[in-house]
Amino acid sequence: MAEEVLRVSDLNAWYGESHVLHGMSFTVREGEVVTLLGRNGAGRTSTLKAILGLVGRRAGSIVVNGVETIRLPTYRIAHLGVGYCPEERGIFSSLSVEENLTLPPEIAKGGMSVDEIYGMFPNLRERRATAQGTKLSGGEQQMLAMARILRTGARILLLDEITEGLAPVIVQALGRVIVKLKERGFTIVLVEQNFRFAAPLADRHYVVEHGRVAESFTAAELPARTGMLHEYLGV
Amino acid sequence: MSISVPALMGQLLIGLINGSFYALLSLGLAVIFGLLNIINFTHGAQYMLGAFVAWFLLNKAGLGYWWALLLVPIVLAAFGVLIERLMLKHLYKLDHLYGLLLTFGLALVLEGIFTHQFGSAGLPYNMPEKLTGGYNLGFMFLPTYRAWVIVASLVICLGTWFVIERTKLGSYLRAATENPSLVQAFGVNVPRMITLTYGFGVALAGLAGVFAAPIYQVSPQMGSSLIIVVFAVVVIGGMGSIMGSILTGFGLGIIEGLTKYFYPEASSTVIFVIMAIVLMVRPQGLFGQR
Repeated sequence: MAEEVLRVSDLNAWYGESHVLHGMSFTVREGEVVTLLGRNGAGRTSTLKAILGLVGRRAGSIVVNGVETIRLPTYRIAHLGVGYCPEERGIFSSLSVEENLTLPPEIAKGGMSVDEIYGMFPNLRERRATAQGTKLSGGEQQMLAMARILRTGARILLLDEITEGLAPVIVQALGRVIVKLKERGFTIVLVEQNFRFAAPLADRHYVVEHGRVAESFTAAELPARTGMLHEYLGV
Repeated sequence: MSISVPALMGQLLIGLINGSFYALLSLGLAVIFGLLNIINFTHGAQYMLGAFVAWFLLNKAGLGYWWALLLVPIVLAAFGVLIERLMLKHLYKLDHLYGLLLTFGLALVLEGIFTHQFGSAGLPYNMPEKLTGGYNLGFMFLPTYRAWVIVASLVICLGTWFVIERTKLGSYLRAATENPSLVQAFGVNVPRMITLTYGFGVALAGLAGVFAAPIYQVSPQMGSSLIIVVFAVVVIGGMGSIMGSILTGFGLGIIEGLTKYFYPEASSTVIFVIMAIVLMVRPQGLFGQR
């Protein structure tokens, strides 16, 4: 069995006074695609943010590639091999498309080259001279937000709601990208609302409810769990 | 009315000189505000400090103007780093008002100390020998030192603009100005960047102080009288815009100079009148984003 690259245990997190994670625990092994499913406000986005230390306060344990990170500053956590694609995409308007793409510094050897990335996202190659990253369409911005963390050598990708608000044809393209990344051995944590997008891509699923993991199951167990899942997700 | 070319050119030159200082100081303010979200009210005092450090170097250590150009920015940057590490960094999560209060208070303390020690009369600082004299351009006399200040500040302003807008380092700075936590999540040490940026902004103010020392008297109040105009410049240009602060700085210096020639009574208020108009028509400033 592949090595564990991410272990979250009894994670609690707060934004100011509000307590958003109540003992999240889950693990991700190298090369896996794992989803965090759940309703809006269940704590999935907060979990990704907490892994990077982007919440107000956190307690518990988050081990990344064997290193305890709960007390590390955010920029040090990234250097352990974590790439983050935030829900709001976070494309910088004062940077050109190319500057956006090359902004995240290299944190390890073995990242994809800019050419390989343009091969994976041909739209970005066409639009790379665009002076303002935010002038791209929503789908292109989403691709850019993902593309820029592939260059850095990060092997664990935290992807937050990458299909949100995008046209079906773009969602399909993103699905193919995830498959390719998995083939390249990336470890991926997907926070998804769109279960039909996530189901065929993931090895395992965690259902998050009230800031903790309520259920977990493998892709093979999925058919037997659909009823339960519908109840949790309300779909 | 007949136009006297030498007098007009003379005022234009004074305008350009003032504009150089407006541009250098408002540039530092813009860089600091962009990343720290703090309006650095200590800027005028730091400019004054720059002039005083140059004076100390000359009178206590025998190090002249050229040494001052090198050492003053370093000393002032270190001073800025200290202020940021010890005080400012505790304020980022609070309302803007606290940053304003702290930096304003610091300015008063610094000016108070220097007034107590040196009085308010001002100390002379001699021009470096190589920059004395001037050129007779036929239609006017151009003192070498003033030409030097204008050219040097232009080079520094444009160099700073280039680094911020056109280099990799600058792209970190622009990105961190927009979304510091995301840049940090990419592995960039943003807190250190903030510290160094403040240091850099303060160094710019100190450098402007060195430029000013031979022209104006080195006095504890030299900053507070200038900084009010500089804040008006910043408001007109739009807070946080780099090119905006450079263009507005030089532009308003020139407008002020022209006003001195054509309607001297208004020369000390023209910038504030423009500020009022800009605030009514375009509250975000001429080059402001929002």
